[in-house]
Amino acid sequence: MKPTKKKANGKPAKAQICLRVNGEPVEVAFAPHKTLLEVLREDLALTGTKHGCELGECGCCAVLVDGRPVLSCLVLGVAVEGHEVTTVEGMAEGAKLHPLQDAFAELGAAQCGYCTPGFLLTAKVLLEETPQPSRERIKEALAGNICRCTGYIKIFEAVELAAARMAGKPAEPSKESIYGRR
Amino acid sequence: MGGANGAERKNLRVIGKPHRKVDAASKVTGQTKYADDLVFPRMLYTKILRSTVPHGRILKIDTSKAESYPGVKLVLLGKEMPIPYGALPVSEDEHALAIGKVRMMGDPVAAVAAVDEDVATEALDLIDVEYELLPAISSIQAALDTPEPRIHEYGEFGNIHRRQVYEFGDVEAGFAEADYVREDITFYEGSTHLALEQHASVAQFGHDGKLTLWTCTQDPHYLHRSLAKVLELPQSHVRVIATTNGGGFGGKCDPFAHEIIVSKLAMMTGRPVKICLTREEVFYCHRGRHPVLMSTKTGFKKDGTITAMHHRTILDGGAYGGHGVASTFYTGVLQPTTYQMKRYKFEAVRVFTNKAPGGPKRGHGTPQPRFAQEIQMDKIAEQLGLDPAEMRKKHLVPSNSLTVNWLRVGTMGLGKCIDKVVEGSNWKERFRKLPYGKGIGLACSGYMCGAGTPIYWNNMPHSGVQLKLDRSGGVTVFCGSTEIGQGSDSILAYIVAEVLGIDPFDIRVVTADTDLTPVDLGSYSSRVTMMTGNAAIQAAERAKELLVQAVSAKLEVPADRLVLADRRVFDKENPEKGVTFVEAVWLAEAKFGTLGTVGSYKPPAAPGKFKGSGVGPSPAYSYSAAVAEVEVNPETGIVVVPRIWMAHDIGQCINPVVAMGQIEGSIYMGLGEALMEEMTYRGNRNVVHKFPSFLEYKSPTTMEMCDVITYLIEDQDSNGPFGAKEAGQGPQLPVPPAIANAIYDAVGVRIDEVPITPDKVLKAIRAKAKGQEGRYGPTVFPHCDMPASIFVPTPEEGGDGKAVERQPVLA
Repeated sequence: MKPTKKKANGKPAKAQICLRVNGEPVEVAFAPHKTLLEVLREDLALTGTKHGCELGECGCCAVLVDGRPVLSCLVLGVAVEGHEVTTVEGMAEGAKLHPLQDAFAELGAAQCGYCTPGFLLTAKVLLEETPQPSRERIKEALAGNICRCTGYIKIFEAVELAAARMAGKPAEPSKESIYGRR
Repeated sequence: MGGANGAERKNLRVIGKPHRKVDAASKVTGQTKYADDLVFPRMLYTKILRSTVPHGRILKIDTSKAESYPGVKLVLLGKEMPIPYGALPVSEDEHALAIGKVRMMGDPVAAVAAVDEDVATEALDLIDVEYELLPAISSIQAALDTPEPRIHEYGEFGNIHRRQVYEFGDVEAGFAEADYVREDITFYEGSTHLALEQHASVAQFGHDGKLTLWTCTQDPHYLHRSLAKVLELPQSHVRVIATTNGGGFGGKCDPFAHEIIVSKLAMMTGRPVKICLTREEVFYCHRGRHPVLMSTKTGFKKDGTITAMHHRTILDGGAYGGHGVASTFYTGVLQPTTYQMKRYKFEAVRVFTNKAPGGPKRGHGTPQPRFAQEIQMDKIAEQLGLDPAEMRKKHLVPSNSLTVNWLRVGTMGLGKCIDKVVEGSNWKERFRKLPYGKGIGLACSGYMCGAGTPIYWNNMPHSGVQLKLDRSGGVTVFCGSTEIGQGSDSILAYIVAEVLGIDPFDIRVVTADTDLTPVDLGSYSSRVTMMTGNAAIQAAERAKELLVQAVSAKLEVPADRLVLADRRVFDKENPEKGVTFVEAVWLAEAKFGTLGTVGSYKPPAAPGKFKGSGVGPSPAYSYSAAVAEVEVNPETGIVVVPRIWMAHDIGQCINPVVAMGQIEGSIYMGLGEALMEEMTYRGNRNVVHKFPSFLEYKSPTTMEMCDVITYLIEDQDSNGPFGAKEAGQGPQLPVPPAIANAIYDAVGVRIDEVPITPDKVLKAIRAKAKGQEGRYGPTVFPHCDMPASIFVPTPEEGGDGKAVERQPVLA
C-alpha cells in the first residue's frame, strides 16, 4: 500500500492497492477508511455484493478472501492488498453457472435475490470442505446468513442438489420439494 | 373458453409446471440491479437528520454551518414541501420533512445533499435543532388516558385515530342462544418486515421538467400519485420505476419521506440524487405489524356451533396514519371467512402513539385476530371435550356462500387442508397423548386474493397488461406489477406462454415503470397473481385471436380447430398441418398491421352495500391449516419447533416450486412472529427502539427454522387465473396460534400473546405450579367510548347487504 498523505482539505489521500478479484489482477484507489464492501461496490462496480446492515449481522455482504468467507462490511479495503477476492460475479465459469447457482435457480432458492450472493459464496466454501454435508451441517454453515423470503428450505435443498451433482450424480429435485407431499 | 380466466382449460403445458423464474439467472449471478446499485454521473448523496425526541415542537433549526461545509450542495427543510401526503386519502398526515413538530424518534427533520455520503453524514452534525419537548405516548393505555396533547389535530378525539363498529345480526340475541359464552383477551406484539434490502432511491430531474425516480417500492402507482401531489408536478411529468425489491413483505408500500426528499433535491440541484437508508433508519420507517390488543367474546353450543362473536381490537398505530385505517378494518373483517357464525360484531380502535407507525406487513392486520380466534377455538374444543380438528371441520363456511358480514366465498378448501395435516402429523395418535414437554397444535386461516377496492376511489381496472408481438416471434409483456421476490414477473411470462403456446423464456417482461407499463395497483394484499394473471389472460387471448384468424385464412382451416402449442399454430385434427409461431406472427402482422393487444382486470362488485363494506371483499379466499409440533423445556421456558405441517388451498399452482417457496417463507415469518420478533421501545421517557439492528431484533436463522411438510390443495376457483388463488400471505396466519396451541398440549399453559418468549412460558409454568392460572397474557381490555354500530342484517336474515336503522340491544 502506498503511504497516504493529507490532502489540502484535511482528508487523507486515497489508498492504492493491488489485489486479485475473481481471478484477475486489479489495481484500485479509494479513501482509506472504506470497507471492502464499499470498494467492491463503489470503486470496482461489482454491485452483486449486497449490504443489509453494514454491521456484520446479516451475511448479505459475504465474499471470499483467499477462499474463506468473510463479511466484506467488516473488512477494510486496504486489508486485502495482495489477496484474492471472489464475489458472486466470479462464481460462474464463463457462460456456465456454478452448480450451486444452477440449483438455486432451479429450486427458486433465490426469491428477492438480495441475500443470494452471500448464501452462494458461503455454500461454495462449505461444499469445497464438506462435499456431502448433512442437513445439520448445511444449517450450521449458513447460520450467519439471514434470508427473509424462503424460510431457508429451498436453500437447503439447493445446496443438497448441487452437492449431489458436483459428486457426479445425475440428481434431480425431489417431487416433494416441488409439489409438496401428496 | 369458459370465462375470462381460462379456468376450464385442459392439457396445460406451462401452468402447474416447475419452470425457472424469468429473473433466476440474473439473481444467482448478481446481475439484478437494485436501487442502491444504480450510479449516475454527477450524482449527489443524501442523508437525513432525524428527530432525537419522541414528541416535540421544533423551536429553531440552524442550517448555516452545514450549508457552508465543503461538499454540501443543499440543505432541505420541510417548508419547501408543505403539502401533506399519506398512503390513504383519509389520513394524509405526513410531511417529507417535519414542519413545526416531530411525532416520533426518527422523524425526518432536515436533509443534506452532498458530493458523497461521508460529507452528507458529517454535515448532519452541523445542523442545530432546538425542540420543546411534549409529553410522549408509548402505549395503547397511555393513548387512551392522554387526550392532550394530541399527536395529530385530526382523528376521532384525543389521540384516537379511528373507531369502527359493525354488527351483523343481533349479537346479544346470539349470546342468549348459546350454551356457553367465553371471552378471551389476547395481545399480538408489533413486528417489522426486516427485508434484507435497506430502502434506497435515486431521483433525476431533466431540463425538460420531468422527474424520474428509481426506488424500491412495492406500489409504484400509488407513489406516483403522492410524488406528483407533494412536488406539485403534473403526474404525466413524473416517472416512477420500481427497481427489483430486495424483499418487501409490506414494508415498501407506503410513499416514504426519503423518496420525496431525493426527488425534491434532484429538482432543486439539477443533479441525480441518491439515498440509501441505514438499517436503523429502516427500523424507524417500519409500517409493520400493528401491536393489537384483542377481546374475543364467543357464544357457542355444545357441538361447537358459534351463535355469536363479539370481537374487539385496539391497535397501537404509532405516529402516523399510513395504511392504518385499512389495517384497523383487517383486524376483524376476515374473521367470519373460516367458520360459520350466526352473528358477528366487530369493534376496532386505532390510537396514535409516539412510535414508528404500523402498517401492512404480510397478512395485513389479520394475523393478530386469527391468533385470537384460533387459540380461542382450541379452548372451546377443550371446554366441550371435542377434538379441535373435528370441531372446526363441522362448522366450516361452505363453498359458494356469503359470510355473516357479506363476503362472497368461492371455493373453500379448508376441510381438505385440515384432513391433510391431521393425517400427515398423525394427529389422532398424538394430540393430548405426548409426554410432558412435547406437544402438537392445530390452527387454520383464510385470506384474501387481492383487495376488492383500490386505495383511492375509482372505477378503473386494478391491473392492466399490454402485449407486443414482434417479427422475431418474441413477445413482450408490459405490466405495472412489481417484483418483490414473489415471482410476479414470472407469473406474467408463464400465463402468456400458456395461452400463446410458446416457452416462458420466449417472453420479455417489462414491469413497474409508470411511463412504460399500464397501471397495476401494486404488490400488496396477495392481489398480483389474481389480477395481473387475469389481465394477462385477456391480453393473450386477444393476441391469440389475431394469430388464429390469420393462420386460419392462410391454411384454410376453421379457426376453432387451430391450437397454439410447442411454438406452433396447427390444426388439432391434423397436427402436421400448421405454421411456426414466428410464421403466424408474420401472417397476422401482414393482415392486421403492427401487433399489440391489451387486457385488464377489475374485481367483482362487493355484495355488501354498507359504509365500509369495501374492505374485506376479494375475488377469492385461500385457506390454510397448520399443525405445529413443539418441545418446551419446562426449566428454561425455551420453545423449539421441530416441524410444521401446512396444507394450503391454492386453487391452482401457476408454478408449484414458486408456490412452495411462498408457503415455506410464510411459515418462516409466522415462526418468527410466534417466538421472537418484536418491535419494542424503551419506556415512556424517550421512546427509542430497544434494538434497531439485525443482531438484536431476533429473527429465525437457519438453526431455528423448522422442518416443513407442505400439502398443496388444488381446487380451481372460477375467479382465479387458471383457477389460481394466493399463496404468499395466507399460510403465515395459522402458524402462531398453532404453536401456542401446541405449547398448551406440551406443558398445559396458555400463552395468549406473541412473541412467546421463554420468560412468558416460564412465568405461566411457575404460576400453574403454584396452583394459579397457567396462563400468560393480558387480562384487561381497556374502555374506549364507541359510537353506535353500523347494523347490517345477515344474509341468512335477509336484507340486501345494506345497513339498517336500529339501536343495538345494549347501546
